[in-house]
Amino acid sequence: MERDTHFILGVYDDEDVLLHAVEKVRGSGVKIHEVYSPYPVHGLEHVLGYKRSKLPIAAFLFGMLGTSLALTMQLYMMKFDWPMIIGGKDFAAFPDFVPVSFEMTVLLAAFGMVGVFLITSNLKPWAQPRIFDVRSTDDKHIMAIDLANNSSVDLDKITEILNESGATEVNKKSFE
Amino acid sequence: MAHHGEHHYNLDQRFDFTASIKKSILTVLVIGAVLLGIGVVMAMTGGHHEEGAEAGTHAFHWYERLYASIWVNNVFFTGIAIIGVFFFAIQFAAQAGWSAPIIRVMLSLGSWLPIAGVLMLATFFVANHDLFHWTHSYLFDKNDPHYDKIIDGKGAFFFWPMEKGTFPVFYIARMVIFFGFWVFFFNKFKQISAQEDQLGGSSHWFKMRSWSAFFLIFFAVSSSISAWDWVMSIDTHWFSTLFGWYVFASWFVSGLSAITLIVLFLKGKGYLEMVNENHVHDLGKFVFGFSIFWTYLWFSQFLLIYYANIPEESVYFIERLESDIYGPFVFVNLGLNFFLPFLVLMTRDAKRHGVFLKLVCTILLVGHWIDFTLMVQPGTLGHNGGIGLLEVGMFLVYGSAVTFVVLGALAKRNLIAKNHPMLEESYNHHI
Repeated sequence: MERDTHFILGVYDDEDVLLHAVEKVRGSGVKIHEVYSPYPVHGLEHVLGYKRSKLPIAAFLFGMLGTSLALTMQLYMMKFDWPMIIGGKDFAAFPDFVPVSFEMTVLLAAFGMVGVFLITSNLKPWAQPRIFDVRSTDDKHIMAIDLANNSSVDLDKITEILNESGATEVNKKSFE
Repeated sequence: MAHHGEHHYNLDQRFDFTASIKKSILTVLVIGAVLLGIGVVMAMTGGHHEEGAEAGTHAFHWYERLYASIWVNNVFFTGIAIIGVFFFAIQFAAQAGWSAPIIRVMLSLGSWLPIAGVLMLATFFVANHDLFHWTHSYLFDKNDPHYDKIIDGKGAFFFWPMEKGTFPVFYIARMVIFFGFWVFFFNKFKQISAQEDQLGGSSHWFKMRSWSAFFLIFFAVSSSISAWDWVMSIDTHWFSTLFGWYVFASWFVSGLSAITLIVLFLKGKGYLEMVNENHVHDLGKFVFGFSIFWTYLWFSQFLLIYYANIPEESVYFIERLESDIYGPFVFVNLGLNFFLPFLVLMTRDAKRHGVFLKLVCTILLVGHWIDFTLMVQPGTLGHNGGIGLLEVGMFLVYGSAVTFVVLGALAKRNLIAKNHPMLEESYNHHI
């Protein structure tokens, strides 16, 4: 079987049932591909065993880049390129540089974080998202299980586990 | 976790102020008193009399340093006490649920307020001329060679309705009214909270919310004005429009640090078992965020004065930055109160684990005490100031006395507001 093409889907009505179901399904050795929900479910990433995002590190590095760029730019402009006497201060007067450096830090940290997030989440504008079940944008939670990832567990067994865990429907979905 | 299971916590727990805790606090107090004693003797025998020869300035006496030190600690610990009440009121005004188990820790800080008020008044009456230049009556006498037109213009703010240069009725009245109302609101909160313990229901919560709103309005005005009165009026000629906020920010960070330290201390002793790392994380975020807020105000005040470079404004920073005594402390101040908490508390883990928070909060308490020393000393002591044994000793004496009073107040009642309607929400608090 090819990877990422054949899925079995558990459909859930209620977020509490879903959270317990995720624990049960994972507990019985079935690997979950992803859970799609119409709204953020509190604690879902925890029961799915997701590690914390590394996005803050990207934010910090982009922030530092912003600070360095802003300081370099101001130092170059004010000290070397076009020195001007303003208020009798030094050409390279550090306190004057702080507001611009602060703003550049925030700007680059924000832009960098959004950019990294879009790239790592595969949210590029031309991406073709795969819809497992359109009802996951309305009122159903969809648990997707990649069959290729669970070749050791029998298909009927997975269906049984999903039904037992409180799924209102169990469907199959294949992608080209 | 989003599992809404049943929680069985001991809601009747009471802090046991054991003899061993009392002993450690008293040990610190004795060490402080000894240091203070040595500091006083050193100041008495040190002798800085040469400056007194200059015309127009009075000779420096050793006890001025003692008064200034008392005043710094009066203002600093009054701030911590009132911030406890303020943060308590904020929880109700914001309808916060996460903090329900620790609101009594916040409120307990207020038990220092009555003592702080008495100390503040007494210190003012004993030390007025040595701390506050504007108390000299010759400044308001047009025939006197030391007549000061600028201070005369501000005189009504201190002396109204009396004649300028006599008894500062308006000033004293403000001090009495502020402390009076702060203690009144503190007692009101305590009383409603005690009633809630007995009767239960949500009506006390609504009552508390109304009283909190009134207190916050009063505090908004009184915190600013007390900052002008007790700190800014030392440098009588100078003024800064955001000084009230600046003092408030310094108070707030100190108060939050004190609350965090007491919560972690109680947790370490096995109390407050419902307070988990999510609640600690929230306290850490407050400390982190308001340290940055303090820096923002520090820098806003500094940058505008530095950039405009108007002599009557910039003198405040010149007195500090150009001084051999205070210059280094300006940078110590920024290092301890901004760079350290900013870098250490930046990560999520540091805010969730007590070790880092204990370290940072302790340093912040020292840092903001240095901040207040920097606000008070240059205007009162000039180049006779500094942080020596006297100052450190006084800080330890005051700090241990406040800790003793606050923990004593905590031990008197249940540690947890057991009928608070949002306790269940706080058990399930998860971030």
